[in-house]
Amino acid sequence: MSSLPVFQGGHPEAAARFVENEPRTHWHDQSLWFVREKRDRAASLVPDWEALRDAAAGIRAHVRGRLPELLEEFERNAVARGAKVHWAADAGEHNEIVHRILAERGVTRLVKSKSMLTEECGLNPYLEARGIEVVDTDLGERIVQLRHEPPSHIIFSAIHLKREEIGELFHEKLSTPAGLSDPTKLTEAARGHLRQRFLRAQAGLTGVNFAVAETGGVVVCTNEGNADMGTSLPPVHIACMGVEKIVPSLEHLAVLIRLLARSATGQPVTSYTSHFHGPMPGGELHIVVVDNGRSRLLADPAVRGLLACIRCGACLNTCPVYRRSGGYSYGWVVPGPIGSALAAARDPASHATLPFASTLCGSCDAVCPVRIPIHDTLLGERRTLAARGLIAPGKRLGLALVGLLLRSRASYEAAGGLLRFALKWFPRFLLYGPWNVWGRRRELPAPPVESFRQTWRRTRGPLPSPAPRGKGSPGTSAGGSPRG
Amino acid sequence: MGAPPGTLLRARPAGATWQTPPVRAALFVPCYVDQLWPGAAMSAVRVLEAHGVEVVFPEDQTCCGQPMANAGLAAAAEPLARRFLEVFGGFDAVVCPSGSCTSMVRNHYDPFLAGAPGFDRLKARTYELCEFLVDVLGFRGAQGRFPHKVALHQSCHGLRELGLGVESESTRPKSNKVDGLLRTLGGIELVPLARADECCGFGGTFAVGEEAVSVLMGKDRIADHEQAGAEIVTGTDVSCLIHLRSLAQRDRKPLKFMHVAEVLAEALP
Repeated sequence: MSSLPVFQGGHPEAAARFVENEPRTHWHDQSLWFVREKRDRAASLVPDWEALRDAAAGIRAHVRGRLPELLEEFERNAVARGAKVHWAADAGEHNEIVHRILAERGVTRLVKSKSMLTEECGLNPYLEARGIEVVDTDLGERIVQLRHEPPSHIIFSAIHLKREEIGELFHEKLSTPAGLSDPTKLTEAARGHLRQRFLRAQAGLTGVNFAVAETGGVVVCTNEGNADMGTSLPPVHIACMGVEKIVPSLEHLAVLIRLLARSATGQPVTSYTSHFHGPMPGGELHIVVVDNGRSRLLADPAVRGLLACIRCGACLNTCPVYRRSGGYSYGWVVPGPIGSALAAARDPASHATLPFASTLCGSCDAVCPVRIPIHDTLLGERRTLAARGLIAPGKRLGLALVGLLLRSRASYEAAGGLLRFALKWFPRFLLYGPWNVWGRRRELPAPPVESFRQTWRRTRGPLPSPAPRGKGSPGTSAGGSPRG
Repeated sequence: MGAPPGTLLRARPAGATWQTPPVRAALFVPCYVDQLWPGAAMSAVRVLEAHGVEVVFPEDQTCCGQPMANAGLAAAAEPLARRFLEVFGGFDAVVCPSGSCTSMVRNHYDPFLAGAPGFDRLKARTYELCEFLVDVLGFRGAQGRFPHKVALHQSCHGLRELGLGVESESTRPKSNKVDGLLRTLGGIELVPLARADECCGFGGTFAVGEEAVSVLMGKDRIADHEQAGAEIVTGTDVSCLIHLRSLAQRDRKPLKFMHVAEVLAEALP
C-alpha cells in the first residue's frame, strides 16, 4: 500500500510538472478544445445524433453479450476469404505470433499504421530487440517514434509537441532545413521519408477499427492513407485487433462509422475507410485477435461497459484534466478519462491515482459516441480502491474521521463551530501552514458569524416547550412569517 | 434524467400573482453551506417562502456523505446515506440549494440504499432549488430586479447529472432552468462565457489531491468570467463558488460571487 500514495506520485505529480509551464499548458488545452468544438459542430450537423449514440450503445452492448459467437462467425468468414486468424491470450502471445509470422518469412523491415493495441502490447520494442526495423507510418506516430516517446493521445499522437519542435526533430532526423516549421513543408518531408520506407518494407501491420462478423472483413480508418500504402505494397499484411472490435454486420458498422470521425476529429468521415476482405492476390492476410485482459473486464459488471470504447478520443479532448495534464501524466498507453477507467479496471494497484484524476464533471460521458458511463465507472473504481486498501492512509483516515463526526448532530455542530472559530481567530501562519494544500494558492473562506442552523434557531427556533424530536420527525416548522 | 414529472406542475406566466401552493418543503442544507455560506440557504428560504412554500428545516440533518462517497469510502458514506433517509424520508418535497448534493441523493445513493423502504420516493422528491422552482412550482421566470452584469457558472453535477440544463456537448436544443430563472429578472445582463460549462476544478478531494490542475482549472474559469465582463458570478453550487472565490481573492480579482438563491432573494420585490 505504501507504494500507492494518492497525494504523492502518480498522476498528481506528473500533472503538476506539466502545469508548471502554464503558457504551454494553455496552448495544449486550447489545441484540444479546438478539436472539441469541431466535434460539437460536426455532431450538430447530424439531425439524430443523440439517437445515433443510443443505437451505437445498443450495438456495443449486443456485441458484449454475444462476443464468443460473433468472434467465431468472424473467424469462419475471414478464413473463407483466405485470411489466417491467430488467437492471442495476452500481449506476450500477440508479440510472439507477429514475430513468428515475420521471422518465418525473413521479414526485417516492417511498416505499421496506427494501432493502440500494439502500443498496449509493447510490440515495437519486442520486434526491434529481435532485429526487425519497425517504422510507424502515421505522421504523429512517426514523430513520437523518432523521439523515442510513446503517443500522448490515442488519435493525435504528437499533440504535445509544437510545430517548431517537430521542425527541429525533422532537421536532425530527416535533414530538413534548420528553422523549418511550416506544417505543409514538414508533412511533405515526412511523406518523402515515409515513401522510401513503404517501398522497401517487406510486411505491413495495421490496427483494426472494426471487424465485421458477417463478412469476415476488417476495417481500418486513417486520414493519411498510410494503412493502404503499407498493405498494398508489401505482400504480407498483419492486422491486430482486440476481441472487442467486432461488429455484427455492415449495417451496424455504418452506425459506428458515422460516429467515429465526427467524435474523434470533427470530420464527417476519415479520408480513408478501408475494408480488407482476405489477402490481396498473391499476398497474405494475418489477423491477430487479442484478449489481453479483455475477458476479465467482460466478466466484471462494474467495468464491462468500457469494452464498448471505439477509441475515438473524444473524452480526452473534452476532459478539462487531460487538456491540462497531458497524455504522459497518466502513465498508461490510453490516457484521459477512458484510459484512467481502463487502466484501473485492469490493474487497480498499479494505477491507483487514475480514478482520482477526474473532477467527475461528466463531460466525458456527454461526448462518448457509445455512451459509456465513464465518470460513474471512475467513481466505482474509487470504491474498489478503497475496498482493497489502496487509498492513501492520510486521506482515508481523515475522511473516515470526518464521516464519524457527521454521524451525529451534536458532533457535527461542534466540529462546524470549531472550524468557523479557527477560520476566524487562528493566526494566518497557523491556518496556512504547509499542511494546508488548499491554501497554497487559494484563500480559506471567511467564516460567517453564525451557521445557517444557528440563525434559523435564533430567528424561528422551536417553541420554549421542547417537543421530543426523534429522527424522522418533520423538524422545526417555519410557522412564523417569512423574513422576506 | 431531470426531475420526475411533478404532479404539482403548473405553468404560470412570469409576474403572475402567486397563490399559496399547498406545498411544504424540507430544506436540505449541505454541510458546507450551513457552516460556510449560510446566506445561500437563508436566501433559499426567503425565495421559497415568498412564493408561499412552507419551509421546514429538519435540524437532525448533517451531511449527505458525498465527500466520503466521492473518495470511494463507501463504509464512511453509507451511515450518512441511511441517516439522510431517516431524516428526510417523510417529506413530500426535499429542496436543496446545491446540484451536487441533490445528485448525490438522486444518482449516487443506490449503492448504499437500493431497496430500502422509502428510498425511491426520497429520490423522486429531492430537488435542487431551481429545479423545484421550475418543475414543481411551475416558474417560467423569476420576479424582481437585479441590475447587474452576471455570469452563470454551470456546476457540472447540476448540469450533467440532474439535467438542470442541456450541456454544451449535447446536440439537443439548448435550454437551462437556472438561466431561464435569471434571464427574466429586470435589469440583469447575463454575459456569455467562451466555454459555457467547463468545470471549475473543485471536484471535492480533487482540489487538494490534484492541486495543480485544480488551481489552473479554477483560474481559467475566472479568466473566462472576467473576459465576459461579469461583475457577479453566480451558480447553483456553493462548492464551486467557494473554489472560484478563494482563487479570485488570492489574486485580488474584483469579481463578486453569489449563490443563485442570493440573486433571486435580493431581486425579490
